Amino acid sequence: MISQVVAGAALALGLLNGCSASTSPAAPAVALAPAPRVTGDRQIVHVLNRLTYGPRPGDLERVRTMGVSAWIDRQLRPQTIDDSATERALAELTTLRMPIAEALREFPRPDPKLQAQVASGEMSRQEMLERYPLEKRPARIATELQAAKAVRAVTSERQLEEIMVDLWFNHFNVFAGKGDVRWYVSAYEREAIRPYAMGRFPDLVRATAHHPAMLFYLDNWLSARPDFIVPAGPNRGRRAGLNENYARELMELHTLGVDGGYTQRDVTEVARAFTGWTIDRPQTDGRFVFRPGMHDTGEKIVLGRRIPAGGGRDDGERVIEILTHHPATARFIATKLARRFVADTPPPALVTKVADTYTSTDGDIPAMLRTIFESPEFYSADAYGAKIKKPFEFVASAVRALGGTTDAQGGMALARASAEIGEPLYQAQPPTGYADRGEVWVNAGALLARMNFALGLASGRYPHVSVEIPALVAGAEPSAPAAVLNRLLTAIVADQAGPETRAVLAAQLGEPQITRMSPDDRGPANTDVAKLAALVIGSPEFQRR
Amino acid sequence: MITRRTFVKAGGCALVAYAGAPRFLFRTAHAAEASGKVLVAVFQRGAVDGLSMVTPHGDPGYAGVRPTIGLQPPGRGESERAVDLDGFFALHPALAPLVPLWSNRALAVVHACGSPDTTRSHFDAQDYMETGTPGEKATADGWLARAVGTRPAKSTPFRAVAIGPALPRALRGGIGAISMQSLERFDVRAGADSTARAGFESLYEQGVRDLLHGTGRETFDAVKMLRSAGAARIAPANGAEYPRVPLGEALRQITQLVKADVGLEVAFADMQGWDTHVGQGAERGQLALRFRDFGAALAAFAQDLGDKMSDVVVLTMSEFGRTVAENGNRGTDHGHATAMLVLGGGVRGGRVYGQWPGLAHHQLFEGRDLAVTTDFRALFAEVATRHLGVPAAPLFPGFRPTQPPLNILA
Repeated sequence: MISQVVAGAALALGLLNGCSASTSPAAPAVALAPAPRVTGDRQIVHVLNRLTYGPRPGDLERVRTMGVSAWIDRQLRPQTIDDSATERALAELTTLRMPIAEALREFPRPDPKLQAQVASGEMSRQEMLERYPLEKRPARIATELQAAKAVRAVTSERQLEEIMVDLWFNHFNVFAGKGDVRWYVSAYEREAIRPYAMGRFPDLVRATAHHPAMLFYLDNWLSARPDFIVPAGPNRGRRAGLNENYARELMELHTLGVDGGYTQRDVTEVARAFTGWTIDRPQTDGRFVFRPGMHDTGEKIVLGRRIPAGGGRDDGERVIEILTHHPATARFIATKLARRFVADTPPPALVTKVADTYTSTDGDIPAMLRTIFESPEFYSADAYGAKIKKPFEFVASAVRALGGTTDAQGGMALARASAEIGEPLYQAQPPTGYADRGEVWVNAGALLARMNFALGLASGRYPHVSVEIPALVAGAEPSAPAAVLNRLLTAIVADQAGPETRAVLAAQLGEPQITRMSPDDRGPANTDVAKLAALVIGSPEFQRR
Repeated sequence: MITRRTFVKAGGCALVAYAGAPRFLFRTAHAAEASGKVLVAVFQRGAVDGLSMVTPHGDPGYAGVRPTIGLQPPGRGESERAVDLDGFFALHPALAPLVPLWSNRALAVVHACGSPDTTRSHFDAQDYMETGTPGEKATADGWLARAVGTRPAKSTPFRAVAIGPALPRALRGGIGAISMQSLERFDVRAGADSTARAGFESLYEQGVRDLLHGTGRETFDAVKMLRSAGAARIAPANGAEYPRVPLGEALRQITQLVKADVGLEVAFADMQGWDTHVGQGAERGQLALRFRDFGAALAAFAQDLGDKMSDVVVLTMSEFGRTVAENGNRGTDHGHATAMLVLGGGVRGGRVYGQWPGLAHHQLFEGRDLAVTTDFRALFAEVATRHLGVPAAPLFPGFRPTQPPLNILA
């Protein structure tokens, strides 16, 4: 009787909680008193969850042996980490190293005559496929890049660098499906993002501004002074003019942020400064070129700063300097980094510290990261598990948690899984790239897709992706389900499962389909470890990092 | 404040006793609610060029500002030409599938509609349109979520549904809106083995009250209901053929939910690709291809629903319009006002609503864009209040209409 009363009260309380519960994602409130600090193994797990695509079996021990700060130091200097095994796994993906001009040659555009014949019914789709097979189509470039991203996330030792490549690609997003970006996208990551991902922020802005992928994606390659007449090519004799697309996103999304204090007038002036920054023979060479004839030579005023007439190509360089040295940029970039590594709503005091580092180091990325990784906010208990994994982070972390490996083929399957859960790689159409806030990724359909991926992965349904579940539970008696479960929880969620999850999983052990009976039904013979592992991967705890 | 829990949606404290019980009564519980009204919001992301969607061919300023991308005036018997609506406006020729709906007065247009906020950022403007609070970034929930939240509670997880990979801002905020990419794949796929589904369900049933657990619980309610209603197996009716594009797929699945009587009140779908800075085209071309899919999807939706369309209103929207003059690349840059469509039961269609601001230079907003004469909140509020019977004030806090109602819905 008493227990019933208590249960009723608890229910009522639960309801009250429900009626007042905030539905915003778990974001740590700004605490007046400092929250307790995460220490010990829990701290190592936290660091691994934030600086890598999730801990693999044995990572905790490795970091413990090396010491957390030594391990972080090493990740901040990726060039000192040997990653030849990953490079070998990527060897078969030949488009990864292909210069743009070669990609344009290797993957020719479909012959318009062929397309016309298919449209008129003269040629069947089958014939078209034979004449123009999938592996000769430019889509292969993005497919291989997706596979490479998955392979690197799962196997690279330079984990922090991979995290940063992902972050900066989304920051300077281009959409692999837009026009000539199909041929440029792999070179874009290789030439404009990866070399500077752990370098200086202004270099990223410069590299992306010059890259044909960005010039094409945000249309700057076509932007010209208002009275420009196209001198040659299919548009010969046509009047071209200013295009504001890149100028606006450069300020709104790449540097100052939307509240960075620029006006429509600044957008137009910046667009004028970048006129003439274009692509040389986009369908055969695809190289940056400055065409003085397209350039608006007049004076420009950007954010109150005067760029004198006649600057030519340097106008754009000058704009990048003004923007990357602006305090709004320091704050905008600091916020982005703190959001990735600490919380969806990052603590303002930390953002200020990181912005100060930006200003004092001219945007040195490892220095800003160090500021975060040495801050009390990063190690605060509020930050622990506060981030919800993006779909791709979830996919990669699941493979890693199960001790998995993948080859390039498996990478393609993992990329498709990420798409099912809501994040098709390199396919973000708007220039914002993919969001880094939990509320965007948590929804009914995506949650089911995560569970289905967990089931498929744990039961070995992803060919070319191998998981090592038996190794995870090695030493546990197969006929002692409780021991098996303990091993799994230790291995996959570093023993950080909540009591409710633990209880639910323990109850699952009573299910005959989980704990298989021996043939004579006299007792449990072994445990369906794969299904238990899938449940853990699909559990609420594992969706967080 | 409505919570995410289904049992509270079912009517609050009276149902608390069922909270721990299996939710087995959906079929009977929702049957009584089946005759409800449905509002479908379709977002054209990227800022659609309203001047091409619904062309003001009667405005003397139109032809001159768009030498290569302007539409020819409607010509009788010319199938490639824009379709005249009222002597002043014409529908883009690729939207021809919508003409029958216009003719039988199921389709109305609101032109020069947009936001009082002047941002030309896609992302801010989309946020403002979805939260319903232009200029106010701190708003956590969406206007459609608030619309559902003000209606009487119902025992279905399908009150608000978005078809797509993520829950749009417009539906966020404590009503337990569902988003899914596909009805067919909306289940735990473990073959005959039911323990996996049960296991996952218990994992999200227990534990703390946060976004993940709340979403998880609603997900399993929805899975069960969808399965018992057999929604994914309902085929298009009346010979409707959807274009094979995401918007077509989304609208087709919304009709499945409508027909399955799962208690749908608000649905959301979006379509990308309207940001036509370069090579926009005129009667043909890039934008025309978008219109072709957009128009075909909306027309198939109306055809498929047939008589049920009398309970449904479709409202299309876009974050802003595009520059009146074409830019240097035969495209258009970010502008201000655009055109929106209202389609369905109770719509007083066959009319273009709103005051036309004109295209002469002095009539333009900041000398370059179509001026806004109808605040999008006036339109949205009118559609929501008249169709769903909800009060306007909570939907658009701080909004005071300055004009008489459009009377676009009877």
